[in-house]
Amino acid sequence: MSVVTLHINDELVSARSDQKLLEVIREQGIDIPTLCHLEGVSDLGGCRLCLVEVQGSSKLLAACVTPVQEGMSVYTHSERLVRYRRMILELLLSERTHTCAVCVTNGHCELQYEAAELGVDHVRYEYLAPQLHLDASHARFTLDHNRCILCQRCVRVCDEVEGAHTLDIMGRGANGRVITGLNRPWGECVSCTSCGKCVQVCPTGALFFKGSSVGEMEKRHAFLSWILNGRERKEWQW
Amino acid sequence: MTQLVTGKKTRFATAWLGGCSGCHMSLLDLDERLIELFQAADLLYSPIADIKEFPRQVDVTLVEGAVANVDHLELARQIRERSHIVVSFGDCAVTGNVTSLRNRLEVDDLLSMVYREGPGREPRGREGDGILPALIPRVLPLHQVIAVDAFIPGCPPDPDTIWEAVSALLHGAPVRLKQEMRYFG
Amino acid sequence: MNRPELQAMGERERERQQSYRCRLLCCASTPCLSSGATAVIEALKQFVKEQELDADVLVTATGCMGPCSRGPLVTVQTRDLEDVVYEHVTPELARDIALAHAAPEPRALERNLLAADSPFFAKQKKVVLSNSGLIDPERLECYVARGGYGALANALREMTPVEVCEAITRSGLRGRGGAGYPTGLKWDLVRKAPGTRKFVIANGDEGDPGAYMDRTLMESDPHRVLEGMAIAGYAVGAEQGYIYVRGEYPIAAKRLENAIRMAERRGLLGGRVLDSSFSFRIDIRIGAGAFVCGEETALMASVMGRRGQPSPRPPYPAQSGLWGMPTLINNVETFGNIAPIIDNGAEWYAAIGTDKSKGTKIFALAGTVATTGLIEVPMGISLREIIFDIGGGIPNGRAFKAAQTGGPSGGCIPAEHLDTPVDYDSLRRLGSIMGSGGLVVMDDTSCMPDVAKFFMEFCMDESCGKCVPCRVGTVQLHRLLEHITNGSATPRDMETLEELCVMMQETSLCGLGQSAPNPLLSTLRYFREEYQAHILERTCPAGKCTMDHVPPLEQGAELQRRSRSTTSDSEVS
Ligand SMILES: Cc1cc2nc3c(=O)[nH]c(=O)nc-3n(C[C@H](O)[C@H](O)[C@H](O)COP(=O)(O)O)c2cc1C
Ligand code: SF4
Ligand code: SF4
Ligand code: SF4
Ligand code: FES
Repeated sequence: MSVVTLHINDELVSARSDQKLLEVIREQGIDIPTLCHLEGVSDLGGCRLCLVEVQGSSKLLAACVTPVQEGMSVYTHSERLVRYRRMILELLLSERTHTCAVCVTNGHCELQYEAAELGVDHVRYEYLAPQLHLDASHARFTLDHNRCILCQRCVRVCDEVEGAHTLDIMGRGANGRVITGLNRPWGECVSCTSCGKCVQVCPTGALFFKGSSVGEMEKRHAFLSWILNGRERKEWQW
Repeated sequence: MTQLVTGKKTRFATAWLGGCSGCHMSLLDLDERLIELFQAADLLYSPIADIKEFPRQVDVTLVEGAVANVDHLELARQIRERSHIVVSFGDCAVTGNVTSLRNRLEVDDLLSMVYREGPGREPRGREGDGILPALIPRVLPLHQVIAVDAFIPGCPPDPDTIWEAVSALLHGAPVRLKQEMRYFG
Repeated sequence: MNRPELQAMGERERERQQSYRCRLLCCASTPCLSSGATAVIEALKQFVKEQELDADVLVTATGCMGPCSRGPLVTVQTRDLEDVVYEHVTPELARDIALAHAAPEPRALERNLLAADSPFFAKQKKVVLSNSGLIDPERLECYVARGGYGALANALREMTPVEVCEAITRSGLRGRGGAGYPTGLKWDLVRKAPGTRKFVIANGDEGDPGAYMDRTLMESDPHRVLEGMAIAGYAVGAEQGYIYVRGEYPIAAKRLENAIRMAERRGLLGGRVLDSSFSFRIDIRIGAGAFVCGEETALMASVMGRRGQPSPRPPYPAQSGLWGMPTLINNVETFGNIAPIIDNGAEWYAAIGTDKSKGTKIFALAGTVATTGLIEVPMGISLREIIFDIGGGIPNGRAFKAAQTGGPSGGCIPAEHLDTPVDYDSLRRLGSIMGSGGLVVMDDTSCMPDVAKFFMEFCMDESCGKCVPCRVGTVQLHRLLEHITNGSATPRDMETLEELCVMMQETSLCGLGQSAPNPLLSTLRYFREEYQAHILERTCPAGKCTMDHVPPLEQGAELQRRSRSTTSDSEVS
């Protein structure tokens, strides 16, 4: 694997040629927000929070899916990028019903965290507040569409790590929904192994353990790297 | 500390729209800082002070609660016209929060479910019967009704957060909350 | 089949056609079929049978002739007479036409004639559609009789793949799918890309509302598309092609399927094409009704049987497309240009059009103009010529207001720019795009915020939902436009709207989201005062919008007004 050099915020850095920009940026200790990205599963490039400016490209590029290139010059925090990231979070907060005060992940939510981190102190867009259901048919887990940001982390972890592919997305645009089975109640899906990976990787309160009350649902996704290191490199220490 | 740059006392108000009054409780939890606050400011209007009319000239108004009925609309209009700085105070004012959960229902269905057919069978007339203020179709965060100058999120906002914001305002400085004070919820 | 056999086939068919005294060509493309062409064709066939004229009169169901709003259309080719076109043909009229033209002393009727020298025809230049309306799309022989597959035979025998790519580059052809990427350049990229297998895809998804250029080409001259694809396959080194046909186009799919089968049977496609060492198979893939599946990465996902959702580029299809292999993807109309370029030479083609936009472009002319239909014009023609000469101007004595090009990714062009030449770069400078060829003419009864809302609703419904700016942004922009058109918007909404437009353009993952704000921004650019009238004066200058809502702060007064009126109602009852 060859090594490339590039500039990030005018600092010269080197990277392996198979790396994605996001990884290299984070290795530099630069904090760049992400929501759909999840270490250990494939990347989607959907939330657009990790957009960066690359000199010579007229488009903003999502760092999580953009391969490094020799001689690239990347900027991660221009005024426009920061403003767009805030707007993206505002859009997400307006899309469904994020009433943090009564949410199971209040205080542990990645969306809530990013909003605070980026200084989103109000949402200028109309709250769409669609009437969505909550599927509590599974013995241990609940899926609350009202908190879902369609990041597809659950879909990818279920497919790529657990290998069950119980979860997927149905419908288009804002009508998109996470579905279980072929849009069956989760409790009836025989493909679900009840492993709980989806719950742990969900950045919001959309997936939670049954019985959690306000603020009680804390997610842990460190287990993912543990599984993957074990599988791929036979390193099993926690 | 806590004198306005002008040397005059800040003309200060708080208002209560569609909210649970928790934000005002949290304001009272400023404890001994309340003394500091009212050394620097005169409280001209507030649910904790029995004043009927929103005063003509106010420097800073904190508004708790979302805009849910026609009285709120009217008060919001007065607040905007008569205050130099309007602050959305707490999640209901900032986001609509719990108050806005009723947006899932049509106003009429809501009234039927809760009052006309509800457990208490409250004798309620039609909307805008002149006794209670009519509900507007959708509960709105304050900034979607009037221009708002600063936001204090939280349900309720922590007293430290409130103090951070209020003491800045008393100094005529913009509200810049630290990250841990900016959380919704 | 080899090249001499191909030529012989063409010769035989030409002789056959010339043996008829009179040929009645009846359009059997979707617009004419929906206005009654089936009955017309039946009537003509019946007539020939009754009069026992089988040896003298040939009735042919053809593809589109152009002036679709005047259908059903019948073209008559009579020995010793000029070709004539009849419009609004009924079965009764069809018999009269046949009677007059098949008579021993043939003559044309005076009725329902569309003059051949009318500007509708005179200002057009048919390159891609040169066969459309003149041949039976279901017969391979008809295509071959007009020189079909000659270009493929020529390329295979006389040219190397490099030379083919060079010829396409020199012709100046740019992609007709919307973005206008230089076709030769793209072919060369795929040709050079390392890969054990390569693919060619023809994009016939055509999702723009009101557009039907690609459908017409596929329905009217399917072999033209196949030949273009085969030449591309030879040029880039692919042995497999796919045509992605929109699910709503069953006739196009059927005719393509039939064409592929016939071409394979004659050795014009499949293994060892025209007795050369080149093999090329084509399969059809049917879309399932998503606009976004026209986007190349989403289309490829769909071809591979996955959810039709775009993915970030790079990698571009030319490097890593279908199943990770280098893939050439071009629009159907782009492929329709290939055979004429090879036949007539790159220089001939490059002489048509303007400096940076060569050749012709097909447009679906629609909206408030006298004649709507499908036209092919040389690049560089002015909008005024298209609308007022070819289209015959605005009917009902109304005034022209704007022309919309490029569909949901395009924009509106106002009267002051009617003399702009129609080419990729001029339209882009005006804030619109050439797009795939939708051209909607609007008169002064159109309300521009309402038009913007229509296109935004389309994008909102068609957003795939993968990325946030497009998925939620389209909904929010649509809401804001709804507020503007119903009277509840405030000046602040305008700021929110404009900022969101730019943000979506710059942050969306694919072209759908990136261009969804275009119709809105272009109407804002030219008709800002209409938006302001809606917001500041709460009136719709075009008189289209109901304006029956109020801004949030005025809801109190409004509720009181309403409740007073219902109270008095109930008092009466
Ligand atoms: C949302 C979207 C829809 C598209 N729809 C079509 C389509 O229906 N037909 C088409 O040829 N190209 C369509 N395109 C463009 C294709 O992605 C691609 O650029 C084109 O097929 C390339 O062919 P060309 O170079 O011949 O133009 C679409 C692009 C986007 C972003
Ligand atoms: S999911 Fe996160 S942002 Fe949404 S309500 Fe729950 S805590 Fe708030
Ligand atoms: S359920 Fe959670 S992980 Fe799955 S898409 Fe929704 S927000 Fe993402
Ligand atoms: S821009 Fe729209 S259509 Fe394209 S990927 Fe994003 S959501 Fe899907
Ligand atoms: S983390 Fe890169 S797009 Fe979501």
